Amino acid sequence: MSLPDNPLTWTYHSLDTWWWPTVFILLAGFVPNDLWRALGVVFAGRLREDSEIFAYVKAVATAIVAGVVAQLVFFPSGSLALSPLWLRLLAVASGFAAFKLARNRVLVGVLAGEAVLILLWVLVVGVPDRPV
Amino acid sequence: MDGREDQDDVPGHRWFFRGMRQIVSIPATILMAAFVGFAGLARESGVGLWEAILLAGGIWALPSAVVLVGAVQTNASLAATFIAVSLSSFRLMPMTVALVPVMRNERTGRLTLLFLSHFVAVTAWVFGMTRLPDLPRSARTAYFAGFAITLACAAMATTAVSHVAAARLPVVLAAALTLLTPLYFLVSLWGAARVSTDRLALLTGVAVWPVFHWLEPEFELIWTGLAGGTLAYGAGRLAAARQARRRTAEEASA
Repeated sequence: MSLPDNPLTWTYHSLDTWWWPTVFILLAGFVPNDLWRALGVVFAGRLREDSEIFAYVKAVATAIVAGVVAQLVFFPSGSLALSPLWLRLLAVASGFAAFKLARNRVLVGVLAGEAVLILLWVLVVGVPDRPV
Repeated sequence: MDGREDQDDVPGHRWFFRGMRQIVSIPATILMAAFVGFAGLARESGVGLWEAILLAGGIWALPSAVVLVGAVQTNASLAATFIAVSLSSFRLMPMTVALVPVMRNERTGRLTLLFLSHFVAVTAWVFGMTRLPDLPRSARTAYFAGFAITLACAAMATTAVSHVAAARLPVVLAAALTLLTPLYFLVSLWGAARVSTDRLALLTGVAVWPVFHWLEPEFELIWTGLAGGTLAYGAGRLAAARQARRRTAEEASA
């Protein structure tokens, strides 16, 4: 296999050796992830839990996790992508409503959301039999 | 001090074991289900057993691991993969900044924090932000370490077993496992929010995400966090100020 000169353009499959995929994962996966985490420790510095900056950073981090939730519901991976969007939204909304009705009990919310997804999908919408 | 001196003389390793025991919990079970799905995806994309375990333990944040598997699938270059993973993992930085002041005590060293920061990912973060404030400060680092390290090891074991077994789950079951994650994140964060700003941030985050997904798909999570978080923080400050004003008005009229 001929290699392009610049290692930055090499892909996961470029080198036919046992160690290259490991190096690829460490460089493109481990390094950026733990760099951000380490920067987080540095920026946290002597930040106190009762400070206004902490309250602001916590709001930003919470909004980011909310964005991850939206992403997982609007553009899920794998088999969940085969379900209609309205059904996923309805399942999450029902789960949240059940969670509030049960006075913030997490397990009730999770199970109710799952039940809505599974029952409506199987009984009303119909599940495609081949996964993508 | 925390006013819980009675628990302060429980030694650190006991708190570590108490954290470990939380591996039998709803969030841990949900995460293991997510890693069953991840192992299947990795295998189908041509990622080997060792590489899948390395992805699970070395990256640990599931969305970034999925981005890397996607790059393997599309044969993306090292540089392009690095950029894509960096964008998807940027969120770990503000999350770590928010967790560190909750987790540490006077004796927690910088190196310990750097080591433990590797275990910051959404599930462990939600666990830390929701459970640690109820514990005495001296217990928090050990308790988080016990939980997060055990969780990561269990996820690596789950990935290994699922990769080897390569069971193809029925569509509905696989989909239901995938939905567990957003459902759990949403209700557990809502339930654990101590101030209205945090609940508002959940709402604004979900509300502004579609806007930034459409406007700025590369940086959607960063913008969602900045815009949603700033909105929530500002609204929370306004509400607190109004409440304070009303209280002084009531005191003046009384």
